[in-house]
Amino acid sequence: MRTILTETVHTFRKLFAIICGFLKKIWRIIKHTLRRLKSRVPRFWGIHARPGFRLNLILAILPFALLIIVYLSASGYRLAQNPDDKLLPSISKMVNAVNKYAFTPDDKTGTYIMLDDTLASLSRIGIGIILSAVTGLVIGLNIGIYRGFRSLSLTFVNFIAIIPPLAILPILFISFGTGELGKIMLIFIGTFPMITRDVYLTVKKIPEEMITKSLTLGASQLEIPWRIIFPQVLPKLIDSIRLSLGAAWVYLIASEAIASQNGLGYRIFLVRRYLAMDVIIPYVVWITLIGFLVDLSLIYLVRGAFRWYSRE
Amino acid sequence: MKRIIIGLFVFTLLFATGCQQDKPTFKLAWSHYTGWEPWAYAEDAGIIAKWADKFGINIEVVLVNDYIESINLYTAGEFDACTMTNMDGLTIPAVGGVDSTVLIIGDFSNGNDGIVVKNGGSVSDLKGREIKLVQLSVSHYLLARALEMNALTEKDVTLVNTSDADIGTLYLSDTSPTATIVTWNPILMQVRDAPDTTVVFDSSSIPGEIIDLAVVKTDAPESFKKALTGAWYEVMTHMQDGHPKYNEAIEFMAKTAGGTVDEFKAQLKTTAMFYEAAEAVDFNKSAKLKETMEYVRTFSFDHGLYAEAESKDYVGIEFPDGSVLGNQDNVKLRFDVTYMQMAADSKLE
Repeated sequence: MRTILTETVHTFRKLFAIICGFLKKIWRIIKHTLRRLKSRVPRFWGIHARPGFRLNLILAILPFALLIIVYLSASGYRLAQNPDDKLLPSISKMVNAVNKYAFTPDDKTGTYIMLDDTLASLSRIGIGIILSAVTGLVIGLNIGIYRGFRSLSLTFVNFIAIIPPLAILPILFISFGTGELGKIMLIFIGTFPMITRDVYLTVKKIPEEMITKSLTLGASQLEIPWRIIFPQVLPKLIDSIRLSLGAAWVYLIASEAIASQNGLGYRIFLVRRYLAMDVIIPYVVWITLIGFLVDLSLIYLVRGAFRWYSRE
Repeated sequence: MKRIIIGLFVFTLLFATGCQQDKPTFKLAWSHYTGWEPWAYAEDAGIIAKWADKFGINIEVVLVNDYIESINLYTAGEFDACTMTNMDGLTIPAVGGVDSTVLIIGDFSNGNDGIVVKNGGSVSDLKGREIKLVQLSVSHYLLARALEMNALTEKDVTLVNTSDADIGTLYLSDTSPTATIVTWNPILMQVRDAPDTTVVFDSSSIPGEIIDLAVVKTDAPESFKKALTGAWYEVMTHMQDGHPKYNEAIEFMAKTAGGTVDEFKAQLKTTAMFYEAAEAVDFNKSAKLKETMEYVRTFSFDHGLYAEAESKDYVGIEFPDGSVLGNQDNVKLRFDVTYMQMAADSKLE
């Protein structure tokens, strides 16, 4: 009898425990759902906001959509007053212009104008920026590593960096001509001091101990820059190029505006003579797109080639 | 906070009432050119204010240091009137759908624009050369006319679009033996005496084709048009030798133009100014003007300045006799002698 009683009690207890556990589980699920519904983690406002994937996408698109809406309404308003208005042309006018400049061969030369302009500009900015990257790297490394060289040129480079290149444009054009060289030199002079200083600062940040250690381990005077410092500077150099590209575009457009036969800046300033915003706006969008893609590919280059750097 | 809001409210109120009491204000944009310096003088000497008062309005005279930008701003609606050449008046505001009236024909270029050549003696020497110029400007038009008159085409030369701010310096420092530019005054004056340099063609060979105007929105009120015209022809009297204000006026204009009095006088010699309103009226009514505008619109259309329009007849140009060149239903540039005639008859009072 007693054993039966204890067993029944035992079974009841077990049953109770199971039911309790079950209830607890349900309660936890409800709590969890409630929490999710209440969303203790804010999605947008405040420092703890963690927008989800979809919200992220919407948020990223929103300013663009707003810009387009503002443009379309302003353009619609102006076109309603004057159908020939050139300042804010309609989308269809811009499409026509793009069609004419990008996809129809030119009557005079038989080539595609926009393609020609793009290639001409890209080669100028490409050569210019590579030139200043190489120069900036070499001079920056030397300033950073060798004290003697630092005394010789750091003040000078800092001085040069402050000169606004556009102010001395006539001198540049007279010294280097108005051809390709003049344009490349403007981009070069405009961007290399900053790259140089950036490289120098990166070198300066490398701990002294690292150099002492490698010297102790038997590194030679030339091995230190090549094996220890150069690899650490390289990703920073690419970052520096990324930042300089913005300035490089400004100088490119400026040089093409002053004396040129082709190029993106040339076209913009040429058609500006009759306020052809239907050509200018697509060109500006195109320049922005190119700049954005170049920037993006440099980011991915750094991420792929220098994983240790981007993890920081 | 409350105080700030009240303060702002009071300020807005004051501002609003202040505006209400003001006379209507109209704006004229001008840029530096020999034939337009009188506007600066008109403003400085109080002639503009005097005429504006007479018609109960305010006139602001604004210097826009970049010629094309001044026209673009006018076309976009920022100004009620602007100085420009006949070609730019057609291709920027008129093609851009802004109905514009040529209020005043100030002058035509009579040697103010020229083709400057190193080591050459005639237009035919241009063949194969690289020519620096402001493309699609009156310089380009001048070059096209010169080539055409000498049985050459634009395909025989290479054009380099060059900013007018730098073209003079670039020519003077150019080491190439075949350096060539097309430019206008005062740059032309600065480069024409350089070594081995010849001006092989200038606008005196196509007189009356490059015309400098004051253009006003057709729907601007009569008071504004009258006041501008009145002020302009008063300045014109000051600019004629013998007037008591002559020296003062010329000195002022030379200074704003950035040169000496002698230089400015030299520039005036190659500018065929219409000092008398009656002369401008006659020029405006001449058959030659129609011929010129035909050349200009053909050039403009062939160089893509009509944007998408399918023919040069897209825009109509109206002449004083009422005839229209191009589309009668889309008249956007009007040569109007009404106000110049009033000035000639002294009926602007």
